[in-house]
Amino acid sequence: MSEHLLEVRGIDAYYGPIQALREVSLHVDKGEIVTLIGANGAGKTTLLNTLFGNPRALVGHILFRGEEITRLPTYQIAKRGLALVPEGRHIFPGMTVEENLVMGTIPVGMEHADEDRQAMFELFPRLEERRDQRAGTLSGGEQQMLAIARALMARPEMILLDEPSLGLAPLVVKRIFEVLREIAGLGKTIFLVEQNANHALKLADRGYVLVNGVIELQGSGKELLGNPQVRQAYLGGH
Amino acid sequence: MSTHASPTFIRPLREAGVTFVLALIVFGPISGLVLDGYSIEPHLGRPLLIASIVAAGRLLFGVLEQTPFGQKLLARNARKASGGVTVARGDEYKLLYFVVPLVIAIGVTLPFVANKYWLGNLILALIYVLLGLGLNIVVGLAGLLDLGFVAFYAVGAYFLALGAQYLDIGFWTALVCAPMLAACFGAVLGFPVLRMHGDYLAIVTLGFGEIIRLVLNNWLDFTGGPNGASVPAPTIFGLEFSRIAKQGGTPFHEFFGLEYSSDYKLMFTYLVLLVVVLLMVRFLTKLRQMPMGRAWEALREDEIACRSLGINHVIVKLSAFMMGAMTGGLAGVFFATYQGFVNPTSFNFFESALILAIVVLGGLGSTLGVIIAALVLTLLPEVLREFADYRVLAFGALMVLMMIWRPRGLIRPKRPHFAPEV
Ligand SMILES: Nc1ncnc2c1ncn2[C@@H]1O[C@H](COP(=O)(O)OP(=O)(O)OP(=O)(O)O)[C@@H](O)[C@H]1O
Ligand SMILES: [Mg+2]
Repeated sequence: MSEHLLEVRGIDAYYGPIQALREVSLHVDKGEIVTLIGANGAGKTTLLNTLFGNPRALVGHILFRGEEITRLPTYQIAKRGLALVPEGRHIFPGMTVEENLVMGTIPVGMEHADEDRQAMFELFPRLEERRDQRAGTLSGGEQQMLAIARALMARPEMILLDEPSLGLAPLVVKRIFEVLREIAGLGKTIFLVEQNANHALKLADRGYVLVNGVIELQGSGKELLGNPQVRQAYLGGH
Repeated sequence: MSTHASPTFIRPLREAGVTFVLALIVFGPISGLVLDGYSIEPHLGRPLLIASIVAAGRLLFGVLEQTPFGQKLLARNARKASGGVTVARGDEYKLLYFVVPLVIAIGVTLPFVANKYWLGNLILALIYVLLGLGLNIVVGLAGLLDLGFVAFYAVGAYFLALGAQYLDIGFWTALVCAPMLAACFGAVLGFPVLRMHGDYLAIVTLGFGEIIRLVLNNWLDFTGGPNGASVPAPTIFGLEFSRIAKQGGTPFHEFFGLEYSSDYKLMFTYLVLLVVVLLMVRFLTKLRQMPMGRAWEALREDEIACRSLGINHVIVKLSAFMMGAMTGGLAGVFFATYQGFVNPTSFNFFESALILAIVVLGGLGSTLGVIIAALVLTLLPEVLREFADYRVLAFGALMVLMMIWRPRGLIRPKRPHFAPEV
């Protein structure tokens, strides 16, 4: 048997009659940072959502820690140590920063809430300064940090991120990627979906390239960075 | 200190003048022209009086605004106005230790001083508080627009009426069972609308409310149709609140050697209702600090986030519908007891709209706001009884003005702070 933390075997996903994923297979090992890059509409978000049970994979299997999660309801998947930072952040705008963090403990209960919140404030000092501020009034970068911190509050073994650099200034993007490295340093496994191929591939141990719902390329971050096809399509062709 | 030297009176006076004119315009037609049969009687003194009171209030406010105390108040309000939901911190509860017993004391003494007419109004007001609290869970907290809330109210009321008729159920049994039955109806409504939002949800719930009413209206054999059904008087320890007890029973007044009066029934209903409302408020406050209450608010704020956090949105939505329905059913039992009679016209769409108005005016999600709005919207029309013809007009105008000036309602929603202290 495989010892991959997450293993995806030949999944297909549909939106009504439209097929969004075709026989996608990939795996992520414990402690790795793996990235998935692809153009707009390639199906990256769909893949992450399928891992989380919505839409469901009609064909194929998804295994997490060797256990089949393909048909589990979403809330059960979250309880098993997988966390998703959705595309576009989706923090709770009317709640304070602190309350957002507390909401993150829902899959695991409040037991470690205090300790974990403190840990998050160390990881994101900006959030501590703004703990009583309504999350909807945070800047885009701060909201993204909050979304990541909130996901970490569930003590996931693996965290899935959907375009955390979306719509952020280069300096903030840089900071986000630093944070991701720090999180990996905490022993979390990371599966990162990105358009920002340059940053993502530099950070990642391995990467996959998704084109129109199909995995076209895979390799180490370095290999993909050097691949002429990738350079052409995703890195501006230099 | 120089900023608030001696208060000037010029600006407040001018503002008071404007207020006077505005108040005249607003209250003039309502209170100055009283419909009497087909003719209109002018009572021009009344609008003048009302407008003077309003203007005096404005003047007082204008002067107060300039004193140091007023400035402090203003500054505090300005700070609050910046955000949406504010979060209560511990120290704000100190005031509650003083206010809550006071309110309870007033609430308990009221039935002994009020006359029968006002006691009835107080009961109705508390029933609407209960209804408002129930709908507030669904609309205010969980953000699910429900236009058919009156259905659950009807279920509670009819449960007592028909239960008494067919199964010999009494007030206390209904008090326990009706909310449960209403909760089941809540689930029945909740399941099909799990995937709906906004407009669609509103239409389906509206239909649901009408269906229940039409069934009650048309199922002649079972419900009595438009003729309605009578409701037995409540009992306490087996003593009935009626002039003559059913066979074997003892009426309350005989047992205590009192003269018969229907006031006892009203007092009893009022006191039990007060206890239920207080328990409900307490319960809801607690609930909002617990995961379920938090999940309701999370669902209102962002459904995608809820999914990604592994919140089971099916359970959350259903529980909101069921909790709301339960409260509505409870209110129905009291309504039936108070009236001693139920029929379908008490449960039409206007009732749903009124309850929704209470929730919206109260400030979606604010328990205190809902209570105040319920009291105002039910007691004010009684105070303005003479102007009853204009009630709905004033009501509509009030709603429009509120949406312009206080779009978030009377009281800014305040959540109990649920993050544990560090
Ligand atoms: N809810 C939906 N219903 C129908 N089609 C959808 C839905 N969501 C996505 N799609 C389609 O599925 C395809 C993949 O979309 P997806 O959002 O996964 O792309 P993506 O790779 O995340 O793109 P981006 O980088 O722009 O976020 C697109 O063609 C999209 O139009
Ligand atoms: Mg996407």
